[in-house]
Amino acid sequence: MAIGETRAHHEALGLDEDDLRRLYYHMLVARRVDERSWILNRQGKAAFVISCQGQEAAQVGAAYNLRPGYDYLYPYYRDSGMTLLLGQTPRGQFLSILGRAEDPNSGGRQMPGHFSDRGLNIVTTSAPVGVQYPQATGTALAFKMRGEDGVALVCGGEASTSGGDWHEAMNFAGIHDLPVVFLIENNVYSISTPAPAQVAGAIARRAEGFGFPGYEVDGNDVLAVYEVAREAFERARRGEGPTLIEAKTYRITAHSSDDDDRRYREREEIEEWRLKDPIVRFEKYLLENGVLDEAGRDEIDERIKAEVAEASAYAEKAPFAEPESVLTGVYAEA
Amino acid sequence: MATKNLLQAIHEGLAEEMRSDESVMVLGEDVGRAGGVFRVTQGLQEEFGEARVLDTPLAESLIVGSAIGLSANGMRPVAEIQFGDFITPAFDQIVNEAAKFYYRSNGAWNCPITIRAPYGAVHGGGLYHSQSIEAWFSNTPGLKVVAPTFPADAKAMIKSAIRDPNPVLFLEHKRTYRLIKEDVPDDNPEVPIGEARVHREGADITVVAYGLMLYTALEVADKLLEEQGLETEVVEPRTLYPLDKETILESARKTGKFLVVSEANLTGSVSAEIAAVVAREAFEWLDAPVMRLGSPDVPAAAFARPMMDHFVPSAEKIEAAMLELAAY
Repeated sequence: MAIGETRAHHEALGLDEDDLRRLYYHMLVARRVDERSWILNRQGKAAFVISCQGQEAAQVGAAYNLRPGYDYLYPYYRDSGMTLLLGQTPRGQFLSILGRAEDPNSGGRQMPGHFSDRGLNIVTTSAPVGVQYPQATGTALAFKMRGEDGVALVCGGEASTSGGDWHEAMNFAGIHDLPVVFLIENNVYSISTPAPAQVAGAIARRAEGFGFPGYEVDGNDVLAVYEVAREAFERARRGEGPTLIEAKTYRITAHSSDDDDRRYREREEIEEWRLKDPIVRFEKYLLENGVLDEAGRDEIDERIKAEVAEASAYAEKAPFAEPESVLTGVYAEA
Repeated sequence: MATKNLLQAIHEGLAEEMRSDESVMVLGEDVGRAGGVFRVTQGLQEEFGEARVLDTPLAESLIVGSAIGLSANGMRPVAEIQFGDFITPAFDQIVNEAAKFYYRSNGAWNCPITIRAPYGAVHGGGLYHSQSIEAWFSNTPGLKVVAPTFPADAKAMIKSAIRDPNPVLFLEHKRTYRLIKEDVPDDNPEVPIGEARVHREGADITVVAYGLMLYTALEVADKLLEEQGLETEVVEPRTLYPLDKETILESARKTGKFLVVSEANLTGSVSAEIAAVVAREAFEWLDAPVMRLGSPDVPAAAFARPMMDHFVPSAEKIEAAMLELAAY
């Protein structure tokens, strides 16, 4: 499916205007938090930033199907659009970026983007790529064994499909018809290596070999992602098994704040993709369908910017954990 | 009370935990109808069903990774790695994932999984069914590594491992599976993780050992008492990481002569850590240099029987080391 115009079909999807505003709000929150994070980095305050920019539609559209605290999310390091939607806050995100004691992911122990939230069933994540896939199948298996209708959503970039863990997990999910949704956010680059040097064939089509459906979807169209993910979640809840979704999108920023992407891609290419920005696109849809007018849009953006400014300021003033705390919390007590 | 070998004792411990806690399950290669290549899980699938005794695809990273995900969703999985030598594809899931879940989430997510793996040289095992893998894992904070040797301990410790809120690597020496038998009482006492055991007391020398080497060291200790009146104190760590340093040090300070024996390649071994602890913290009580005996630093273990026997520390070598230490 080519990256096309957003189709006017939210009503057919059972989404009302509140849903649409919620989707929009969360895409924009993720974007504004991300933009602010880069400023903190360039000011020398944040050691490291890793971005969601360009992938907000894929993230929010898919995660909108999750029931927070019941279904499980195994995100990857760009999925702040998902974690913010589920209930993490901009304040939490900045506390994490600045490594403060109140960082909800790790209390300052992990780099930014290594999400964790027990109450929201966001399972703690790490840096090695692809390890989350087998874990998500185990979580899905537990749901199945207990006869519950929970679903595990597990995410990664296109490069995460190159390693064994992804294939082992796909195989296991297919064997046992596990309630797991694999979302591949194909953003074209794994640091510098472009998808053609990373991916043989088409990712979505690999699902067929494991005996379950795979879909390619325009990852910059939030409603299209929501629709295909909704079908995947419903299928999982009906006990019919896993689904693979490949959301075609694009990483607008460099890999991270430590990466200079001028070494490996042209500025023109990025500018082309900026025209397909998922937030701008959804905004257009909302304006055309009378869900938002320009004043309404500005009001949302101002509200978000104020919230982001407050959150950032709070985090900058927040204390670090006691240095000695690095020595504790290695083992859980019985 | 019944006499059990190590295999039967571990089996019994697993079965009892599965009976008392519905969230306990077993997964691994050939653990179901076949009951595992060593038969530790024989009969469990019949009793508990195919879901709770799950035959997995041949994919070790998946076995441990899915166990982690099961534990994150309320289960207490026991993952079997068919041979310790094949655990390496799961290294990432064990060391980078399970072991760090608790620390990296600042205490939000723990990872209560048990990973069982047979280790150690056995005739016919060759280079890939023989290795002692404990050192690979015994410098990983967040992970616990246990290696009980005697059936009653093993039964108690598989239960402790399953109930532990942390990931536990449970190592079973293949050559001791049927070699060692003892009475395992119905009211078998609990053995907490992290406690060493003093098998026999003695005033002259201390030998620390585990697995097959422990069994051999105990036989040699009997022989030397009878033949030469040498009183050997034999200590089994039972838990290799974190170590029960106090029990080991207490014995070292008591006898002043210390030897640690294991089947692992000597350099960088758990024995090396034990020796370092004793050398530093029992220095003033020592009457002899801290001694170590292990396998040479060559791959474990050659297939042909005479070659393997030359590789693994023998009773004769252990005896010679003990006598050398006693003579100091």
